[in-house]
Amino acid sequence: MKARITVTLKNGVLDPQGKAIEHALSGLGFDGVGQVRQGKVFDIELTGTDKAKAEADLKAMCDKLLANTVIENYSVAIT
Amino acid sequence: MKSAVVLLPGLNRDRDMIAALTKISGQAPATVWQTDTEIPDVDLIAIPGGFSFGDYLRCGAIAARMPVMRAVAEKAAKGVMVIGVCNGFQILVEAGLLPGALMRNASLKFVCRQVKLQVANANTMFTRRYKPGEIIRSPVAHHDGNYFADAATLARLEGEGQVVFRYAEGTNPNGSINDIAGIVNERGNVLGLMPHPENLIEAAHGGSDGRALFEGALGIAA
Repeated sequence: MKARITVTLKNGVLDPQGKAIEHALSGLGFDGVGQVRQGKVFDIELTGTDKAKAEADLKAMCDKLLANTVIENYSVAIT
Repeated sequence: MKSAVVLLPGLNRDRDMIAALTKISGQAPATVWQTDTEIPDVDLIAIPGGFSFGDYLRCGAIAARMPVMRAVAEKAAKGVMVIGVCNGFQILVEAGLLPGALMRNASLKFVCRQVKLQVANANTMFTRRYKPGEIIRSPVAHHDGNYFADAATLARLEGEGQVVFRYAEGTNPNGSINDIAGIVNERGNVLGLMPHPENLIEAAHGGSDGRALFEGALGIAA
């Protein structure tokens, strides 16, 4: 099983890196670029076959390490 | 009063912290390694600055999950004083010993300079040798010192006097909310701050504004 975890900044949390990227995109001539928010992606290989257990484990991984839930949201997708 | 310094791979201000504690307290602090599960009987535990684990994932995130931090949390729960400076502050928030988070500087630049701090609460174990509202100088050197907390947490911190140091006179180097430079936990025995008071303790440093913090914490006469 493979999983992809996406971690993004919560709404309202300042993202200076996203802002800088936003300005750079405009500078490259891309019109119509609104707000840009930067996040992180983790691709994780799992050896088990129990999808429900994997999902619970992945959420626990996010809560305990992969995301800082003070400032970040996460989503889990198993493929 | 005895002290201990936590050592982690990637820290680089550990020698400065050890030197400061040795000079001020007259005895060398014990050192504890990341894998240690017990910390000796001390009055103050210091987590120095640097780039533990290369700042991988998030600043302080990996360090906060090492065995030694469980030992630090146990000591803190018993009332032992804990001070985290710079990366040490980031580790304390990642470990959940202090609220909030430290994000990338609003300027996106690493800042290395001297700032002014206002003592926002002089009624803590760490700041009792300063006058309320006193302005002191302190060096800063960090890339991720932009303190953030949600509105409810921020209101609680401000209401309970847990904001201990604020950047003063327009010297906020990182965009931190309410100019916050350092906070304590509810009990007042865990302090985290981005500036480096250990680097301003004697004339050779160009001043000794940071010395009173350690003298206060260690109960040493000025």
